[in-house]
Amino acid sequence: MKVQQLSIFLENKLGRLLETTEVLAQHDINIRAMSLAETKNFGIVRLIVENTSRACDLLRMHNFTVEITEVIAVEVNDTPGELARVLRTLHENELNVEYAYAFVERKQNKAVVIIRMDQIDRAIGVLKAEGIKTLTQQELYL
Amino acid sequence: MIWQEEFECMSLDKLRDLQQKRLIELVKRVWDKVPFYKKLFNEKGVSPADIKSIDDIVKLPFTVKTDLRDNYPFGLFTCPVNEVNEIHASSGTTGKPTVVAYTKNDIKLWSVVMGRSIAMAGAQRGDIIQNAYGYGLFTGGLGVHYGALELGLPVLPMSSGNTQKQLQLMHDFNTTIITCTPSYALFMAEEAMDRGIDPRKSPLRIGILGAEPWSQQMRDKIEELWNITALDIYGLSEIIGPGVAQECPGKDGLHVFADHFYPEIIDPRTGDPVEEGEDGELVFTTLTKEALPLIRYRTGDITSITYDKCNACGRTLPRISKLKGRTDDMLIVRGINVFPSQIESVLLDIKGAQPHYQLVIDRKHSLDTLEVQVEVNEDIFSDEIKKLEDLQQHIQREIEAVLSLKVDVSLVEPRSLSRSMGKAKRVIDNRNI
Amino acid sequence: MFWDKPLETIDCRSLQILQLDRINTALERIAATPGYKSFYDSKKYKIKPLSSLEQMKDLPFTTKQDLRNSYPSGFLVTDMEKVVRMHSSSGTTGIPTVIYHTKNDIDNWSSLIARCLCMIGMSDKDVFQNMMTYGMFTGGLGLHYGAEKLGAMVIPAGAGNTERQLKFIKDFKTTVVHITPSYALHVSEIIEQRNLLDGLSLRIALMGAEPYTEATRLKLEERLRIDVINSYGLSEMNGPGVAFECLEKEGMHVWEDNYYVEIVDTKTGMPLPDGEEGELVLSAINREAMPILRYRTHDLAFIYPERCACGRTHRKISRIKGRTDDMFIIGGVNIFPSQIEEVLMKLPQVGSNYVIILSKKGSLDKLSVRIEVNPDLFAGDLRHLTQLKETITRKLREEILINPTIELVEPGSLPPSQGKAVRVIDNRDKTV
Repeated sequence: MKVQQLSIFLENKLGRLLETTEVLAQHDINIRAMSLAETKNFGIVRLIVENTSRACDLLRMHNFTVEITEVIAVEVNDTPGELARVLRTLHENELNVEYAYAFVERKQNKAVVIIRMDQIDRAIGVLKAEGIKTLTQQELYL
Repeated sequence: MIWQEEFECMSLDKLRDLQQKRLIELVKRVWDKVPFYKKLFNEKGVSPADIKSIDDIVKLPFTVKTDLRDNYPFGLFTCPVNEVNEIHASSGTTGKPTVVAYTKNDIKLWSVVMGRSIAMAGAQRGDIIQNAYGYGLFTGGLGVHYGALELGLPVLPMSSGNTQKQLQLMHDFNTTIITCTPSYALFMAEEAMDRGIDPRKSPLRIGILGAEPWSQQMRDKIEELWNITALDIYGLSEIIGPGVAQECPGKDGLHVFADHFYPEIIDPRTGDPVEEGEDGELVFTTLTKEALPLIRYRTGDITSITYDKCNACGRTLPRISKLKGRTDDMLIVRGINVFPSQIESVLLDIKGAQPHYQLVIDRKHSLDTLEVQVEVNEDIFSDEIKKLEDLQQHIQREIEAVLSLKVDVSLVEPRSLSRSMGKAKRVIDNRNI
Repeated sequence: MFWDKPLETIDCRSLQILQLDRINTALERIAATPGYKSFYDSKKYKIKPLSSLEQMKDLPFTTKQDLRNSYPSGFLVTDMEKVVRMHSSSGTTGIPTVIYHTKNDIDNWSSLIARCLCMIGMSDKDVFQNMMTYGMFTGGLGLHYGAEKLGAMVIPAGAGNTERQLKFIKDFKTTVVHITPSYALHVSEIIEQRNLLDGLSLRIALMGAEPYTEATRLKLEERLRIDVINSYGLSEMNGPGVAFECLEKEGMHVWEDNYYVEIVDTKTGMPLPDGEEGELVLSAINREAMPILRYRTHDLAFIYPERCACGRTHRKISRIKGRTDDMFIIGGVNIFPSQIEEVLMKLPQVGSNYVIILSKKGSLDKLSVRIEVNPDLFAGDLRHLTQLKETITRKLREEILINPTIELVEPGSLPPSQGKAVRVIDNRDKTV
């Protein structure tokens, strides 16, 4: 299943990332996963949050440039070799990863990998065929 | 050295006679040959018969930069294209360049006035000129080059940039005269010191510096750092290029070569002449140029003029003060004229977006920097860094192509640029010139 | 069309007399200049007038290194006061070479170029767009002066800024351009894509400064409906105008009254007969400021043995077939791999290994340098790597005057350099 992600444009300016998270905190929006990519003079922060479209509206109201992008969330066991299996599957099907980040779910001993790529639907199918589970937005918050 | 004493030191009466004779001929010539002028004169209700003395020049209409663009490419030429020997171009107010043309005689004229300028700055036999103005369509490089050849002085055609090589050749050839922008002269001195070279020990003795405004403080600093005499040169490609006016070592104003370029100072709002010594907009009529003469061309530069004889050098040519500003929003960055509208027209061409922008000009280590800050709105935002970087580079390339100037483009968050009274403040100039 | 018919069609015997006279004048002036004479002393050559051109082969060669050793006073045989121009080779590593010119030299050089331009049918009616770099590089100013002498309308456009170039070609009805072959391919593609050709007045393209094939010429001639004329020159011999094709387009006439031309065996240095390929050796025999005799160009070519149908008696050389050293030419700029090495090795962040890759992007030449990062200095964040990349780009640009693409790679990912590694990989398709 596809998952929605927020991508926010940030200048490399002191406190800008803090302001982003404060907007969400004030409105009680929980951040599930985050990644920050930086270049010399700007950055993009990517967030997985509970209520994506509300968070998007709120951030826009606070003058942020925000885009909703679609990614996949792959659930794997938190053991060696699991991530490699996912990537090998994608690689063998000539699916190219744009970027990825991951977080660990302690309670269930699982890890979740967020992957951005072209041909998301095909990727989901390919992974499914290998018995690899992709999560829905709701499942991310269970 | 006074290169052409009979013109540079002629009595003001004789100068007026010469100007008058040349103006009357010029007005007839443009009336006969250029429909644009005939129309312009008619609109003002004036004809060549009305121009009987040099004082009648005020009856003539003004011309402005957009006239050149509107009549591009050949509309203002007074001669057939095959008599044109050379073309030069400078920035226009939008993406379109301002193009100027020279006949063989115009090139000769240019060589002569540039020769006069270099001589006025104090050049002598034995001097070696290092020419660090840009060569090509920009008039700075070839203008100095022609003048040096006219005087028979050796010239290193360095063109602009490549500081390391500039310093190396300056040292190896014992260059005595440098021609470049004043900020580059400062920059080179600082670079030299960074490399452990003492610029004061170089054989350099004269700087002929121009293409951008500079202050007395800056002169003091350049003279101190290099141990040279730093003199101001003025020109604009529409009139001929460098060599319109030049400071002598008296450093009390720039002598205008008024036998070829007739200067007036006007009130920029009313267009009326101001009193001698008062500030106003500088206006030129090219009295002798063949291919593309201009009548009462408004330079946009603010200065004042004096007809007092120069005590320092004895020339009678009138002197304008160092430039005091502009009547429009034109910026000069590293000697290149930049209009904010040029950048705007580039951004408007970026597909699917009309981003807001701001220009930030700074002087870092004596060198001007131009940063174009472009707001990233949702139309142009992408989640992929690659695409944003491509966009940034694309904008940078396009702007650099239009301006012929290196710029930094940075992507900034929207609405973070300061707006004043609903209208964006487009330019922030942090230079302390 | 002839610029100077008597000289261009001079008979063989008179030419030889003129050459001998000019060589002897040059030798006389060299002998009178201690700095220059000592060069021949060091070669154990005693300067005396030659009695025939046969004796030229006994004269020692002059190499680029010799010119460097003489820097900066150079092999100048006049007073500095008579010098009006200096041109210097690109690059800041090591010692540059410098060529001095007097006013007469500049006049003479301009006339030689006017000869070239006249030879291909250019006149004062032509609009000439000079798309070569101006300044120390001789390609720009050389043709500029020649075309002005001819009375053509000159647009000193310089290199790059394609949109403006196209605008001028169209608006000023440019008839002749001077351009590097790779840039010509690029510009012609755009003209084709945008269907601009019918609105243009182009009829001739002068091309030099880098090697190109006959196939490229034909492609450009067909695409733009023009004549492409091959031009050869090097700054040590003034610059452009040393050899130029006539409209027969088979071989480039060397102006033998100004340049004494030889082809020598690269190993023995002995002159080869006309028709045989070897290294081109040139002598600037009619230069006031700085005569240079028997200069080894490192360019491979042959001399056409037969007379040209155009009526000019000056012999022709072939296209340049290659180089005898590792110099390569990109975007009209001559580059030695050692220049790049010197810049890189000054930076501590750069590891020990790098590769230079030449390729084509569209039809434009591209220079990439793949560089291993020094693992000890890898800071781990993107920003420092970007900065390093920018520093290297800037420093290399200052040195070689063209913009390289820098790729930073992990240590150990390039083939290890074994002794003399092949540092240059040329992926440009030479047959285009």
